[in-house]
Amino acid sequence: MSTAPGRTGAGGTAPGGTTTEAELRRLAGAVPDPELPVLTLEDLGVLRAVRVLGPGRAEVDLTPTYTGCPAVESMAADVTGVLAAHGWQAEVRTVLSPAWSTDWISAEGRRKLREYGIAPPGPARPRSGPVPVELSVRCPRCGSPDTALLSRFSSTACKALRRCRACDEPFEHFKEV
Amino acid sequence: MTTARPETPAADAGPAEHLHAALALGDDALVLAQRLGEWTGNAPTLEEDVALTNIGLDLLGQARHLLGLVGDEDELAFHRDEREFRNLQLVEQPNGDFAHTIARQLYFSCAQSLVHRELAASDSPLAGLAGKTVHEVAYHRDHAVQWTLRLGDGTEESRTRMQRALDALWRYTGELFDPVPGLPVDLPALRAPWLRDVTEVVERATLRLPSGPDRAAWAAGGGRDGVHTEAFGRLLAEMQHLPRSHPGARW
Repeated sequence: MSTAPGRTGAGGTAPGGTTTEAELRRLAGAVPDPELPVLTLEDLGVLRAVRVLGPGRAEVDLTPTYTGCPAVESMAADVTGVLAAHGWQAEVRTVLSPAWSTDWISAEGRRKLREYGIAPPGPARPRSGPVPVELSVRCPRCGSPDTALLSRFSSTACKALRRCRACDEPFEHFKEV
Repeated sequence: MTTARPETPAADAGPAEHLHAALALGDDALVLAQRLGEWTGNAPTLEEDVALTNIGLDLLGQARHLLGLVGDEDELAFHRDEREFRNLQLVEQPNGDFAHTIARQLYFSCAQSLVHRELAASDSPLAGLAGKTVHEVAYHRDHAVQWTLRLGDGTEESRTRMQRALDALWRYTGELFDPVPGLPVDLPALRAPWLRDVTEVVERATLRLPSGPDRAAWAAGGGRDGVHTEAFGRLLAEMQHLPRSHPGARW
């Protein structure tokens, strides 16, 4: 579906059009995460804001999951591309503060992660202090709580590698931050 | 290609004190990221290869943000000479054996945890970044702690090597707590909590805390003033030779 700049009131005097911004947010939010394509940017909670700047021009705020996450540039390119396909010239800013937390992953996002074979994060830990002992991370395949940590860092910085003692399968766990 | 631009404009009007601190912390992160990257393909196990490079990636993210505040990140990383770098001598020390790398990580990440926690609570322009990195650094610290315990309380060989590594790098720890202009953190005051933290880990690992001087007389506080150790030149040569030999090269 298309959102031409002239059609939804972006042009003209008062772009303050929340409808347009909601529509742009929907388009940008539906972009899949480049490393976890089962999740959208909306599911991941990294889409911070969408602002209409003027006729056909918008600004999008993304927040990186990790400071060094290399996927941010690819997300920015994908968002720009999708909006351009709908006639909008968008600029993407990366915003660090307030810091993204795994608590921002939606319930829908958690469900998709589990189905994809990645154990979703538990509640984020307190703002300071040492990394607490994890009580239990359930195997996303068989549901057993009897799992062991193999490595704190897995294929990406945001995940840890674990193994299920019940079904013997290794799996990834989205770490709490 | 689209590159997301940072929220804070690179060129602040007038000299800003915090940029001094951004350069010092940015150089620490960049140089340690480069060192950890040297383990890629060489770590003792595949999981450890991935862990060390992921920690390096986190640090590179910090460096890009911090150096981006100071100026052009690539220009600063690839076209400065040794004396212009403001990083601690600790982070430029060679990887050595695996125990040396872990000892360096332990000393540095325990300090970084304390510094970033205070920075996050400050009103510095760097507080936003610190609020984010403090959670990442907690994992770096935990990684170093777990390995220190395993090596210290492991075989006779691993125990000997871990102790040797702690001893060898001890002389570079004093500099961690020298004041950095523009950083709203009382660094000298953090030495006591750092020492408690490190001591607790070292003793739990059945090792002993080194007792020698925590800085070498010939290089006291040298890193922040651009005085570096011999190994740093070789690190820079590897990191910089491509962009310097082929200016403007892209891939």
